[in-house]
Amino acid sequence: MHKFANPARFMRLSKIFLPWFMGLTILLFASGLYYAFFLAPEDYQMGNTYRIIYIHVPAAYMAQFGYGIIAVASAVGFIWKHPLADQAARATAPLGAGFTALALLTGSLWGKPMWGTYWIWDARLTSMLILFFIYLGYMAVWETIEDQVKAAKIAAIVALVGIINVVIIKFSVDWWNTLHQPATLMRLDGPTIGGDMLTALLLMIGAFNMFFITTLIWRIQSLILRRRVRALRMQLGGGQG
Amino acid sequence: MTKIGLKAGARKKRRLYFLLTSIAVLGLAALLVLSALEDSIRLFYDPTEIVEKNIGPGQNFRLGGLVEEESFESREVAGILINHFVVTDGNESVAVTYEGLLPDLFREGQGVVAEGSMNEDGVFVASEVLAKHDETYMPKEVVDSLKKRGEWQRKAAETHPQDKAL
Repeated sequence: MHKFANPARFMRLSKIFLPWFMGLTILLFASGLYYAFFLAPEDYQMGNTYRIIYIHVPAAYMAQFGYGIIAVASAVGFIWKHPLADQAARATAPLGAGFTALALLTGSLWGKPMWGTYWIWDARLTSMLILFFIYLGYMAVWETIEDQVKAAKIAAIVALVGIINVVIIKFSVDWWNTLHQPATLMRLDGPTIGGDMLTALLLMIGAFNMFFITTLIWRIQSLILRRRVRALRMQLGGGQG
Repeated sequence: MTKIGLKAGARKKRRLYFLLTSIAVLGLAALLVLSALEDSIRLFYDPTEIVEKNIGPGQNFRLGGLVEEESFESREVAGILINHFVVTDGNESVAVTYEGLLPDLFREGQGVVAEGSMNEDGVFVASEVLAKHDETYMPKEVVDSLKKRGEWQRKAAETHPQDKAL
């Protein structure tokens, strides 16, 4: 792990991997969307409306996947003081916030025709909204604190405290009664979806995941470059700007 | 405590323990708060709890359960749709009336969450009815052919009796 914590080595390796990741993302999206719209059959209760799960479920997964990355990177940054880990955590936040917003939005659009309401304050929906606010708060810490070392430390603490909310999101549908249905995929007795419907969902989750990782690498690259530019400017101009 | 005397490795270890203990303490605190708030975080009460708690008329709350088979009846009076149905959790049941349009997924045997209050006759007068759907997705054709062969059962309710009321 320490090898990859070197920004120069990260830049070199990521340049090799990035085109492959992009290709895989496009491939997964093409096959996933084809499965989702043409091969997966209509649901027996919801007809075609259920197809929004092919956006909603992957987006909700990415909302939590992003948080997982931030939490791990923050812990590494906080304990071992790796600057790359701090940058990775920082680069992930807007992506995670975006996917959280997408999950909330698609869920709301789905809720109106199926449940009969755009929004209800049940445990799942509320904890997802709190996740969105934690993302925003995390980003605000980075933006408002001038001293980057201090910002990294405080942001890491915010991120690690927020882990509790991710646990609550996962189990909210089991611990309390909610309007949101319980888990379909991640359950002990196997998924309650099968055949082409399941294939389509897994492909879409894969596509979202590769998209997330590809975009994240891009963002980390640009953050590293920005730091380099700032360092060079400091050397040249004697600390101005 | 002096920081200068510690080696880098010891400082890393100290930060690690600091993180682990703070997360453990915060997690415990969250657990206590959440269990204290149990009653307000839950979205609805099932019919058994309503009978047990003996909630009086006029008090607003949410009722959740399955719509009992063959209990649904709908009449139109002066242009307004009046719906009657029974919500059950397999143990107790509560009669419900609701004026207005029901959501698409409202069906007998399906989950439902209704907001409103009891009237003097022990009937739940709903001001809003929401449909709850389960976590099972199945192709229409498969269900149709299962029904044709008479082998269709509500799978989720069969295999997860604890979810039945949800």
